[in-house]
Amino acid sequence: MNRTKWSNVLHELYHNKIGLVAVGILFIFTLGAIFAFLAPHDPNKLNALIRLQAPSGDHFFGTDDYGRDYFARALHGGRISLLVGFFSMIVATFIGVTIGVMAGYFGGKLDNILMRLVEVIMSIPSFLILLLLSIYLKPNVGNLIIIIGFLMWMNVSRIIRAETMTLKEREYVLYAKASGQNSYGIIVKHILPNLIPTIIVGATNTIASAILMESSLSFLGFGVQAPAATWGSMLNNAQGYIAQAPYLAIFPGLLIFLTVLSFNILGDILRVGFEPKLIKK
Amino acid sequence: MNQLIAKRLLQTIPLLFFVSIVSFVLIKAAPGDPVLNFVTPNMHAEDIERVRHNLGLDKPAYVQYFIWLKGVVQGDLGYSLVNHKPVLEQIVERIPATVGLMSGAIAIAVILAIPLGLIAGSNRNRFVDKCINMFSYIGISIPGFWLGILFIYFFAVKLGWLPSMGMRTIGVTSTWDVIKHAILPCSVLAIGFLSVYVRYIRSSTIGQLKEDYVQIQYAFGSSKTQVLKRHVLMHVLLPIITLLGMSVGDIVAGAIVTETVFSWPGLGSLGMTAVKGLDYPLIMGITLLSSVMLILGNLIADILYSFADPRIKKMR
Repeated sequence: MNRTKWSNVLHELYHNKIGLVAVGILFIFTLGAIFAFLAPHDPNKLNALIRLQAPSGDHFFGTDDYGRDYFARALHGGRISLLVGFFSMIVATFIGVTIGVMAGYFGGKLDNILMRLVEVIMSIPSFLILLLLSIYLKPNVGNLIIIIGFLMWMNVSRIIRAETMTLKEREYVLYAKASGQNSYGIIVKHILPNLIPTIIVGATNTIASAILMESSLSFLGFGVQAPAATWGSMLNNAQGYIAQAPYLAIFPGLLIFLTVLSFNILGDILRVGFEPKLIKK
Repeated sequence: MNQLIAKRLLQTIPLLFFVSIVSFVLIKAAPGDPVLNFVTPNMHAEDIERVRHNLGLDKPAYVQYFIWLKGVVQGDLGYSLVNHKPVLEQIVERIPATVGLMSGAIAIAVILAIPLGLIAGSNRNRFVDKCINMFSYIGISIPGFWLGILFIYFFAVKLGWLPSMGMRTIGVTSTWDVIKHAILPCSVLAIGFLSVYVRYIRSSTIGQLKEDYVQIQYAFGSSKTQVLKRHVLMHVLLPIITLLGMSVGDIVAGAIVTETVFSWPGLGSLGMTAVKGLDYPLIMGITLLSSVMLILGNLIADILYSFADPRIKKMR
């Protein structure tokens, strides 16, 4: 990984207004999630007197059916959604890269076995399995991260495998091999650093899908349990008040949408930024 | 070719076997006792045990699995633990609703995606491309359930144009009524598929336009529209085959969320009910069905692909 690749990315980002907006949104949402405790109201404090109030200066996003401040709930919900998205990505990327590099680098039987495994796991309808697992492992944040991470590494491993297969034929890798370096050293020193662009692009897209998955799960009522809020579970609850209080549905959905959109846009900018190098080879 | 098909079909059997074991283990490991569905407050402990025995739930898990598997081979998926109806019958009952909804959505998506993808790809980085691109970003990123809720709010609650839930108005049997109910869920699904398809078609159009044959066509004086229609289109259809194959696999799982939002009586909402009630014969049936569709979808895509592009056949 050298400097020019990163400056390409920065260049690409700098000249892409939508990209800058996406980065800005993610930055603000992350700050919001980290500093959620600074919210002016307690996200779980019930107050029957102020049920279903429309957005106002005191309650930016209004209040929900229990009179809880919706803005505070959205901030705390964002914490869970982003946390699950980020760490599921770490789990998925770790497994995906490990398996992809092993399959691609060592090839042969190991490659065969690993890719069969990928195929088998991919032929299980993952969302159904996700539903089943979330019943089994009482969904808390940790469990959700592991489940979602374990359901999402297959695509990463396929891409990494293909990339590794081309990398290991490069002269410098062949040279390192000829000069007697062991496989571990070659992978760590020569293969992995060159995989970083691919890994980052994959990781960005994985976060987006993980956040979508988590919110679908919470929306169906199988995510992190009440009273903790996530954007998905807030939407689930909002469904019942769509006629009286449409803002209850609009805010959490908009937050999920903007987050996922920003990650997807960022992923594409990173791809384009890294691409000039990739094409030249 | 036949060999290829036979080989792939044979490969699916161990795959399905594996899928069935995985889902069975998961269901058995899940907490919650399905027998509780049958328990009434004034039942004695012996009665409860009798129910458990009658359902075959007192046998060891692996025995239950083999009993279930034996049934499946004979075309018997068992009985629902909740409403005692045969699983196969319940699934078959729901297939038309889901398949109808999904195929409508996929058809709309394909019909719109081809021109949009061609236009975007052949006007790379121009304004129209950027618009189409932005649309597909939005479509990929928007959570289907949120879009569904928004549609319900605008078109059903606010404007009152369309019904917000279910598949039929009670007492009305016309096809038009079903179509009216289908418009909103179908659009939500179609937008999702469309945005994915457009991206694929766009990038394969860009790839094709760089090929030599396109340059030759231009050299012979063909216009851009002619090149697109006569040549690029044919090549672009290839990725669509793969996409369709993938979509077939997604029919059941992809429908869960949308069907839940719109209370559409299809396989997705059946799956949700089954999961909530820990109705394991039903869950197994649905999981198996969607795995079969996933595997078959990929298989069909592969086969069609190698028909369409003979080079792939040689690679095998």
